[in-house]
Amino acid sequence: MSQFQGSSRYIADDGLMGDVNAAVVLGRPLLVKGEPGTGKTMLAAAVAESLGMPMIHWGIKSTTKAVDGLYTYDVVARLNDARFGEGDVRDIRRYIRMGPMGRAFRAETRHILLIDEIDKADLEFPNDLLRELDEMAFDIQELDETVRAKHRPVVIITSNAEKELPDAFLRRCLFHYIAFPDRERMKKIVAVHLPDLPEKLLERAMDRFYSVRKLEGLRKKPSTSELIDWLAVLVRMGVPPEEVAAKFPFPGLLLKQEADLELIRGRR
Amino acid sequence: MLLLSLLFNLRSQGLKIGLGEWLSFLQGLEAGLVDDSRALYHLARATLIHDQSNYDAFDVAFAATFQGVELPPKFKDALAEWLAQAKDSTPREAVAHGMTPEELMREFYKRMQEQKERHDGGNHWIGTGGTSPFGNSGHAESGVRVGGESAGGRGAVSIAQERRWASYRTDLTLDVRDFEVALAMLRRLAREGEETLDIDGTIDKTCKNGGDIDLDMRPERNNRIKVALLMDVGGSMDPHAALVSRLFSAASRMKTFKKLESFYFHNCPYFWLYKNYQTMERRKTIEVLNELTPDYRLIWVGDASMAPWELFSAGGYFSQPTPAGIDMIKAFGRKFQNSIWLNPDPVRFWDHPTVRAIGAEIPMFPLSLKGLKDGVRRLRG
Repeated sequence: MSQFQGSSRYIADDGLMGDVNAAVVLGRPLLVKGEPGTGKTMLAAAVAESLGMPMIHWGIKSTTKAVDGLYTYDVVARLNDARFGEGDVRDIRRYIRMGPMGRAFRAETRHILLIDEIDKADLEFPNDLLRELDEMAFDIQELDETVRAKHRPVVIITSNAEKELPDAFLRRCLFHYIAFPDRERMKKIVAVHLPDLPEKLLERAMDRFYSVRKLEGLRKKPSTSELIDWLAVLVRMGVPPEEVAAKFPFPGLLLKQEADLELIRGRR
Repeated sequence: MLLLSLLFNLRSQGLKIGLGEWLSFLQGLEAGLVDDSRALYHLARATLIHDQSNYDAFDVAFAATFQGVELPPKFKDALAEWLAQAKDSTPREAVAHGMTPEELMREFYKRMQEQKERHDGGNHWIGTGGTSPFGNSGHAESGVRVGGESAGGRGAVSIAQERRWASYRTDLTLDVRDFEVALAMLRRLAREGEETLDIDGTIDKTCKNGGDIDLDMRPERNNRIKVALLMDVGGSMDPHAALVSRLFSAASRMKTFKKLESFYFHNCPYFWLYKNYQTMERRKTIEVLNELTPDYRLIWVGDASMAPWELFSAGGYFSQPTPAGIDMIKAFGRKFQNSIWLNPDPVRFWDHPTVRAIGAEIPMFPLSLKGLKDGVRRLRG
């Protein structure tokens, strides 16, 4: 069995690789939580790349229903065809479309299924997927058929913890919380995105970044992606490292809320 | 047996490990996922723990289990052997006692419970930081070392002993979002209700069904939750101002309530309730009491502790001709079946005459995440 080893573009959190491999071996979903910008969504892509499996992305919205991920029955198309005498209306099959989960189950090879931001959906949403995730099977009522996964997909679920997930759901998942990267890991992550960063600039910028994150009363702490954007601008504008230490250039790239910017101004 | 003592230690940390989780942990071991102590640490954590707020308790249990234990160099083989034995013996034992695995597990937990009571009574480790039984450093060398494999690397026990998840415990640093999560539970209630026949939906579904009647039943759609927030401000509540204002902003951000009213008072609702304490915009308490319909959910916030006369004597605090504060509270309590009192003071301060008197009228919960959740559950009726 091939193992997830991380990838050149993704620096995995401590123990995360092991947990991914456990999920692969045990055939259980892996629930990944963490602050925004800790690379939860990127993980699935990295796993897919590393294991050489195709990935199916199921982005969850507040209106998403569990059944959307399984299949949809396009009644309107069928009625339309019946009305205008096109196609074989008797064959319901033609009007059943597989959702992301359905496609992952039906696939001929093992797939990665990313259920992204599950917390965005209704509180009951995870409960509606219990059986599907347990047995990796679901029924198509219209056909009276059961779709059973040919190869249990590797299910990776991300959550920002906006809502709590139900216990019954949690019990079925492996769980990993991605801690916010410490300085050393952050350096590695930055190096992946901005390989040729002058060491000194990076150090000064990191000082600034972590001191900003430590500020009391911040509404939204800057995350990895903001740091990377900020660094990219610093490089592009040719800001010398001393200036990063002395002043705080382009604070708007790290802090997106007016109140937070005010807070910084107050400190200076 | 080491693994069982891990289970035991987890239980004594108050972590409830279900049979399913434990089995998937064992499955992981069986599948050969673990070849050193770090992998063991991570596998156990991923399979047994589902919330980062429990990571710290897990670390404590893990360190307690494996500290000072020398795992055999061929850890993986030893595990495999152990598992093979376990597999042999478990069914036989179970059959001998005529027990299903679930029963066996239950019996096991029961005995463990008894054992805990005998050996570690009162040693149930609860607390948020500060009283940690393990040092943060200096113990790194006494961790689990696995022969050869993690040379230069840190052992899992030393990782566990760092206790770097301590701040993720569910402590009292509640932010607005935490409150929102708890209040969101009130939203669910809004969707429950009697099933009614949806005529339009039925016609729609019947058409889609090709003419066969397909009834569309759905709960009433109206979001009927109305909430009134009554907050004590000033005086002894000053230290809790930030917490209360967070609760307030969470409540006002909940778009799902049909109505949200908020009022302020000092100590007790006397003659006036204040809409805005800065501008002193105010309403007569008795008017508010009459105006709010009984389906309002009342959330009181206050420490409920004051001088007894402030609560019990008529005339009250603002020297207005008013009934005693306690009578006002009683009147509210009678009218609004679903009301709770959130008290920001720790429960140990609740043994106070006025707190007891108010608590007797309105169910009181601590203003913590758990307290709020319990309270919201109560509000749901």
